[in-house]
Amino acid sequence: MIRRLLLWSDDRFGVATFLHHALKKAFPDHWSFMLGEINLYAFIVLVATGTFLAFWFVPGHANVVYEGPYAFLRGQRMSEAYDSVLHISFEVNAGLLIRQIHHWAANIFVAGIVVHMGRIFFTGSFRRPRELNWIIGVLLLFAGMFEGFTGYSMPDDLMSGIGLRIAVSILQSIPFIGTWATFFVTGGVWPTEILIQRLFFTHVFIMPALIALGITVHLMILWRQKHAQFPGPRRTEENVIGSPMFPHYTAKTLALLFGVIAVCCALGAFVQINPVWLWGPYQTWRAISPAQPDWFIGWLEGALRISPHWAIHFPGHMIPSPFWPGVVLPFGLMILLFAYPFVEAKLRGDAAEHNLLNRPRDVPARTGFGVAFTIFMLTLFLAGSDDVQARFFHLPIDDMVLGYRLLCFFGPLLGFWIGYNVAAGLKARDGTHEAERVRLKRTPEGGYEEEPVA
Amino acid sequence: MNRRDRAIAGALLLSIAGSIGFMVTYGKQLGTQWEGLALVAVFAGFLLTALGWARWILKHEEVIDLRDTYPDKVEERAQMIEAFDHGVAQLTRRKWLTRMLYTAFGLFGLAALFPIGSLGPPPDDALFHTRWKRGIRLQRADGSLVKIDDINVGGAATVFPEGSIGDSQSMTVLVRLPEGVGNNTLQGLVAYSKMCTHAGCPVALYRSSDHRLICPCHQSAFDAANDAAVLDGPADHSLPRLPLEVSTDGYVRAAGDFPAPVGPGFWEES
Repeated sequence: MIRRLLLWSDDRFGVATFLHHALKKAFPDHWSFMLGEINLYAFIVLVATGTFLAFWFVPGHANVVYEGPYAFLRGQRMSEAYDSVLHISFEVNAGLLIRQIHHWAANIFVAGIVVHMGRIFFTGSFRRPRELNWIIGVLLLFAGMFEGFTGYSMPDDLMSGIGLRIAVSILQSIPFIGTWATFFVTGGVWPTEILIQRLFFTHVFIMPALIALGITVHLMILWRQKHAQFPGPRRTEENVIGSPMFPHYTAKTLALLFGVIAVCCALGAFVQINPVWLWGPYQTWRAISPAQPDWFIGWLEGALRISPHWAIHFPGHMIPSPFWPGVVLPFGLMILLFAYPFVEAKLRGDAAEHNLLNRPRDVPARTGFGVAFTIFMLTLFLAGSDDVQARFFHLPIDDMVLGYRLLCFFGPLLGFWIGYNVAAGLKARDGTHEAERVRLKRTPEGGYEEEPVA
Repeated sequence: MNRRDRAIAGALLLSIAGSIGFMVTYGKQLGTQWEGLALVAVFAGFLLTALGWARWILKHEEVIDLRDTYPDKVEERAQMIEAFDHGVAQLTRRKWLTRMLYTAFGLFGLAALFPIGSLGPPPDDALFHTRWKRGIRLQRADGSLVKIDDINVGGAATVFPEGSIGDSQSMTVLVRLPEGVGNNTLQGLVAYSKMCTHAGCPVALYRSSDHRLICPCHQSAFDAANDAAVLDGPADHSLPRLPLEVSTDGYVRAAGDFPAPVGPGFWEES
């Protein structure tokens, strides 16, 4: 059947050459090359479950009185948005299951990107000719975080309203344009009647379309450039060795697809996430403590908590302090990540094309930088729940803040030192084991002689 | 049929059981866990099947792809550039028309930005004032009005201008300080904007032992006994203080609006 379809297509479009090569395309056999696919499959889960949720979600601010089955909120006034999320959670068959799968898949989507990026970074896979795909990957990471935040903000429960208020305050902190940008994005003075409508459209159309576009271009470039590969016998800069796309790789990647779906379903079924009915509807004057965002926004939350209050005053104007952790930091990090491949090529004087990957130990400075960066982000992330830790350890919150500030500064330095030295040490130890590759030849006299192999 | 085949068959049976289970649990509306368990069975079955197939049924094969090496194609590069240059030369034969074309495009780009202006009202002075005015009484979220002796020493309440319950810009926290603490209090009463000057969260916690108003979002702390000056945390300026007065019939009223913009800072604020 499919064979006839292939022949039918070839008659009309001449697909034989392309598909012949596509079916036989070589995929290097290394587990870490499949990390990126986790994100692709999580994205598929997100689109499928998101479509289901969109059939019931109402992106409205209008006030309604809750009359559903959840007794603790019955009779309360709330927005249509929150009311519809409660309806999905308690009344739509499998609604809560799908909502939780959606939320878990979002967490996996961003986590998968981070892990995938780590593999790309530490193996030097971002080097020429793959700089553009690195940049698209960074954009997808930030797009994923933004998309996750808009989704978290739409139900209009107390947590989402507070998170949104903080985001709007950050937008408002931008010099020159902040106030105008805030009024244009939100539609006026907080809280506005139009914001959920705009978040909804952004969340279900604009961002998914951009992410789908990013993934498509990412994969097309990958397809065109072919996979990088680890060094090994017969592997060179000019070839790529692996198992064929069809059927070997297809079977493996399908296993991964089903695995991702199974994990999302298991988490959605058995591990509660964002129980919005517990927080109650967003009311401007109410807050909740402790309050933490989704994990992938945690580093921003931490940065907001521990950054010093560096407001800058001019006559008649000011730059409020959230500008530094809320705007400068994330965009600075983004630019740093964009620039990394080019800066490294410059510093190492290596602008050549690389299809054979490094091991992390091969380039100690890069590994050190990666460890330092990871520690910096982890520190910010942990600082995002410093109030909970202060309560748990019975420490004053000021000490926690001071500790995290110091860790932000010294942690990465220490991380660089450790990363650099561990990598350099492993590399040096490798050297002693590295024998010249030779071919043994038995001579007619019965002895052996060595012949070097290129 | 060997053991491996039986294992794959078992995985497929798991998936089949899951699909049937989903139809049953969904039909009977058994809820999140049962419906979810059925889906897990479906996909775990498929996962194990695909793994088994990949490991045991497919025989290992290796393929070698050769990469295109770009610098080799020097001739094609030259032809590409030539074709491009040729096209550009054709298009730009009339210099002044080309310039006019760019200008027209640029102007449309500018015009296309104008609809952004409809996205929201201009800020004007909206962030510089709230709904508080002299003589407006203080109302709690439950609708009750505040009288001068309603709040105990050490107590706190969230209040709004009468008739504006829930208004974010105007939300205010009312605190009664012990005797001899604070300045210019109204029989111990002081009122501050409840919107944190850091990131706009409600300053929802009050610790009466040291008169601290604390924001639960980023732990900024303000001194209620000292014009809500910043004691700790990331906030960069104090909470604006609402002037209070008492009416002849004992109701607490505002004696004016906040003297400074409430909430997080912005460029036009000084």
